[in-house]
Amino acid sequence: MSTRLTSGGRLLNKSKQVSFSFNGKKLTGYEGDTLASALLANDQMLMGRSFKYHRPRGVVASGAEEPNALVNLGAGGKFEPNQRATTTELYDGLSATSQNHWPSLEFDVGVANNYAARFLPAGFYYKTFMAPRAAWKHVFEPIVRQSAGLGKAPKDRDADRYEHYYAFFDVVVVGGGVAGLQAAKAAGQAGAKVLLMEQTAHWGGRAPVDGGEIDGKSAEDFVNATVAELNAMDNVTIRSRMMGAGVYDHGYMLGYERLTDHAPAVAGPRHRLWRIRAKQIVTATGAIERPLSFAGNDIPGVMLASAVRDYSVNFGVSSGDRTVVVTNNDDAYRTAIALKNAGLEVPVILDARATGGGALADEAKALGIRVENGKAIAKVKGGKRVTGVAICAQAGEGAVLEEIMCDAVAMSGGWSPVVHLWSHCGGKLIWDETQAHFRPDPDRAPTSHDGNGFVVTAGTASGPLLTGDVLADAQSAGIAVAKAAGFDGAAGAAPSAEAQAEAGMEPVWLMPQGAGPKLRMKAWLDYQNDVKVSDVKLAAQEGYESVEHTKRYTTLGMATDQGKLSNINGLAVLSDALNQPIPATGTTTFRPPYTPISMGSIAGEARDEAFQPLRRTPIHDWHEANGAFFEPVGQWRRPYCFPRGSESHADAVTREINQTRKSVGLLDASTLGKIIVKGPDAGKFLDMMYTNMMSTLKPGKCRYGLMCNENGFLIDDGVVARIDEDTFLCHTTTGGAERIHGWMEDWLQCEWWDWEVFTANVTEQYAQIAVVGPNARKVIEKLGGEMDVSKEGLAFMSWKDGKIGDFDARAYRISFSGELSYEIAVPASQGRAFWDALLAAGEEFGIMPYGTEALHVMRAEKGFIMIGDETDGTIIPQDLNMQWAISKKKEDFLGKRAQLRDHMASPDRWKLAGFETVDGSVIPDGSYIVASGSNANNQRNVQGRVTSTYYSPTLDRGIAMGLLHNALDRMGEVVEFNKVDGSTVKAKVVDPVFYDKDGEKQNV
Amino acid sequence: MSKAVSALSGAKFAGFATVTETGLRGMITVRGDLASKEMAAAVKSATGAGVPDQRKVSVGDKGKVAWMSPDELLVVVEYATVLDTVATLTTALAGSHALVANVSDARAVFEISGEGSRDALAKLAPVDLSKSAFAPDEIRRTRIAQVPAAFWQTGDSCFEVICFRSVAQYVFDVLRLSVTNGGEVHHLV
Amino acid sequence: MLTLQCPYCGVWAEETELHAEGEAHLKRFGPGSSDDEFESYLFMRENPKGVHFERWRHSNGCGKFFHAARSTTTLEVFGTYSAQTLEPPQDIKDKISAKYPNWSWRDFS
Repeated sequence: MSTRLTSGGRLLNKSKQVSFSFNGKKLTGYEGDTLASALLANDQMLMGRSFKYHRPRGVVASGAEEPNALVNLGAGGKFEPNQRATTTELYDGLSATSQNHWPSLEFDVGVANNYAARFLPAGFYYKTFMAPRAAWKHVFEPIVRQSAGLGKAPKDRDADRYEHYYAFFDVVVVGGGVAGLQAAKAAGQAGAKVLLMEQTAHWGGRAPVDGGEIDGKSAEDFVNATVAELNAMDNVTIRSRMMGAGVYDHGYMLGYERLTDHAPAVAGPRHRLWRIRAKQIVTATGAIERPLSFAGNDIPGVMLASAVRDYSVNFGVSSGDRTVVVTNNDDAYRTAIALKNAGLEVPVILDARATGGGALADEAKALGIRVENGKAIAKVKGGKRVTGVAICAQAGEGAVLEEIMCDAVAMSGGWSPVVHLWSHCGGKLIWDETQAHFRPDPDRAPTSHDGNGFVVTAGTASGPLLTGDVLADAQSAGIAVAKAAGFDGAAGAAPSAEAQAEAGMEPVWLMPQGAGPKLRMKAWLDYQNDVKVSDVKLAAQEGYESVEHTKRYTTLGMATDQGKLSNINGLAVLSDALNQPIPATGTTTFRPPYTPISMGSIAGEARDEAFQPLRRTPIHDWHEANGAFFEPVGQWRRPYCFPRGSESHADAVTREINQTRKSVGLLDASTLGKIIVKGPDAGKFLDMMYTNMMSTLKPGKCRYGLMCNENGFLIDDGVVARIDEDTFLCHTTTGGAERIHGWMEDWLQCEWWDWEVFTANVTEQYAQIAVVGPNARKVIEKLGGEMDVSKEGLAFMSWKDGKIGDFDARAYRISFSGELSYEIAVPASQGRAFWDALLAAGEEFGIMPYGTEALHVMRAEKGFIMIGDETDGTIIPQDLNMQWAISKKKEDFLGKRAQLRDHMASPDRWKLAGFETVDGSVIPDGSYIVASGSNANNQRNVQGRVTSTYYSPTLDRGIAMGLLHNALDRMGEVVEFNKVDGSTVKAKVVDPVFYDKDGEKQNV
Repeated sequence: MSKAVSALSGAKFAGFATVTETGLRGMITVRGDLASKEMAAAVKSATGAGVPDQRKVSVGDKGKVAWMSPDELLVVVEYATVLDTVATLTTALAGSHALVANVSDARAVFEISGEGSRDALAKLAPVDLSKSAFAPDEIRRTRIAQVPAAFWQTGDSCFEVICFRSVAQYVFDVLRLSVTNGGEVHHLV
Repeated sequence: MLTLQCPYCGVWAEETELHAEGEAHLKRFGPGSSDDEFESYLFMRENPKGVHFERWRHSNGCGKFFHAARSTTTLEVFGTYSAQTLEPPQDIKDKISAKYPNWSWRDFS
């Protein structure tokens, strides 16, 4: 059994007991425990079930590489699935449940898959679920959904908050082991501004566990002294519980800081995502131990040798009473020695190397531990827990020599440097024959904006595994990055460390070497996704030669741990099956983040009210207080209508239109873009921007204009007012102000930079209110002020500055509704006051605000086009019969050349017309006008489509605008629009101006 | 002018730093030849300050002037005097190719003050706000979360942020979240 | 996420402060141009693996458009320069030549 020891536990505060629950069971641990160590201390080795076969799974590692011990953590708004027990710090009240089992962890029905494992090999899903198609929905999908998946999806809103933080450093060091500490110190001493981050809560990495002396001190003392030194340096920042999540272009990197995961009761953000720019990055990310592939290596109790050591030394936890150690290198002997010293039994060390180990092996033997060289595990015995191992010769096919009772197995297949961050941005790897691992190739580092490398590795992340080498490597890395960042102050000397000679490791990719199919089927590579040696062999046999294809076919390395344990073993097996050297197979791509980071941290502040900016006009609060129903227009919110009481939206729109046409209405038009264009060449410039002639406009007058892009297609429209000889004010559509301002600046800065024109976007300087309807003039006159707004004083299509009431106003006599209409601009800070004043003055006329839908219907009744309705990015003004707005005198304007192209000038282009339904109904949005016959895809031919369609309260019938082939020659003809139900609606082709064709009402 | 109101009527939030909407401010966009004698004279007479260098703010007795781009300045004065200042600038630049536009009402201004103000701003803007990188007389045009903004320092741990009026509530909200207690970073001091 | 120095305001801006504006040094063809010229102006774009010239706008900043010369494969930036020019400055071309002696891009080399 696994249990708490009386000795050991360097990270624990044994004076502080912490209570928590697992699957509802109340348990206790100590402050400083991880959830994994606390569960082990309570003899809870079984922590989950695998993804595919629902096999029992125990913890196998002690850190970020853990594939098995995933739990649902917390409840309600704090619930989060797939949390690694090994990186979850224990806190009082923690509540975890195991995943991927039903009905319980101990008894799981889904384990039936396990007995059918022979029938669920790699590619099973691809091969099985191909046909019949209908079976997917009713048979396969429900089964897969029932059995697949890890943790549960959260049901409640995330109760925590998250944030980003932008930070800038000369040097960022990732990894707080002795290498990272030393590299940070060297770079800091050289004068660089340094950030050192460590993903766990503790500094020092493996060194304090592995022992040894540095500079004559214990590793632990060296770590504490160095941390104190770094803390004292003003130019060095050190942060624990912060993971280097990813390295990106030009020195960008993400640091994932977990602020309150270990103390959820503390107020403040849960995670902070540091968005860092670093001139240079040091990855001192250490190495990860590899499992060995032998039959039964997934049975709970089989663990990495380093993890067994960690649990014993760091947390005072024994993983078992009797632990068999199996290895192909010297490091695992440290585990045997540590266990023996803790008073635990190590019945045997199985060393796959025929020649055995070095000094550490001698030390183990001296402690009385039995060591068997050239031996291997034929098979682990046990179900939910290891009960023993069968021993065989590594060189053979697995004939059992002896069986030994044990309840834990500590395995070591060698160490692989953590190359993820090095590789994220293109750092290349080389295969190291001696250590049988891929390590970073220092000559092919990722490069930054200046073409030079910006990532350097330090310590075991570089490949060297002995403490002395590690510190020297870290020292030179620290000095090198500081120099590359422009700092060459004197760094101290590298600390010295006793170097214990180790015998070389020997690669072991399968145990025993000649294991047959039966054993290979039980030799796991990827614990979480249930990928075995036999699956990779099958993939190779079926032609999946690329490592990327094999990964996807077998799901090797696709689990939440992204193959941190399984990748190298898997591609070694693949290489063997393909009979090629490992470097020829290569690795899969390392992509950020290093371990999963929370969605909340990626969103940062962007949620709820800050999810995206909402633009508000100066009158927005009034709209909100008066029941406006809003619609998004770009980032603005504009009132769609103002329903009263239980009134429907449609009824509100009808009321608003009727009242406006009959008496007077108000529209908040503040969102319309307003751009000042000024300079001696302003007229010439606007002649290029607009299809119309703008340079001939007289000061004091307004002109409606169209803008096209160089493809000839309409991009915007609006009214231009000439303010004085040199100055124009251009109105754009609501969504268009920034885009059109940028468009103007583009041409001025990049094409006609010798033209004397300045622009300024003054959209938000003004609140603009349209006063519309036969009584509009009376309302304005009632406000008083000096401005003459009579027919003569302010003629249609002219503008004027002056006082309306005591407001400084600019009034434009323009109309988008066909009624007598004034658009009045006042300073934004007085917009609300002006709105209130108009409402008060208009009371006797029954004045009421109207929304965008009423605006749309009224303009459609008048046959006015709307950018985005009548246009969709493929429409030229000629399609809309707007030749009147295209100057024939101008030699050039944007879009002119394009409109001369064959296809643009074709008589077959669909043209704008109005449509009146025969039965008075409203044509559905998006309808096509069907033609006879059908196309190659058996769809009905079409000859046009609707662009705007509304119920017109003024005409009490459905009206529409649309594009139709040869429309102008087909007035009076009846065409058919399709409907979703397959039927059609008949409509007569008519002139698109439905209301006041002569324009008498707007010009009174 | 009594009916003139700023976007958020002086909204305020105190966390580990304090965010305050400062109320209406006179702001004028001036575009023209920044190297010309006319520009220097116009700016001088309007504010008492000189034409600032690239990304700098110059301060005079009547207001300050910020460098916005190679051909654009932002003149900042008291709101009550902005129309007079517009007239002064317009007259002074009448003979040159220049543009003077009152943009006071198109903007909102926030002050962030307190020891954590640098950290609060660094949560939202991709800018190095360390003392060694961000000068006391500098203006930085950038973004605050998802909207364009500009800021400058008015004291050692005091910044002013300028944004468009329509997004004042959004900017206030993100600043408020940024200074909420518990979110102290203790990095930039 | 790349960074470019805006040649107008001097800021080292990150990508979120910038807006990509397509290929640099396009010659505009208007009325009077042939169909081939106009087609080439509107639609024909370089898509090199390596040295490329682009337009960017410092949109969350000073608002100016500028040019950048960079490698599309390594993201090395050879320089940024004014939008008011018809070709890249010599010092930037020299810098590219030092790295890629035989480079060419449209009419430049």
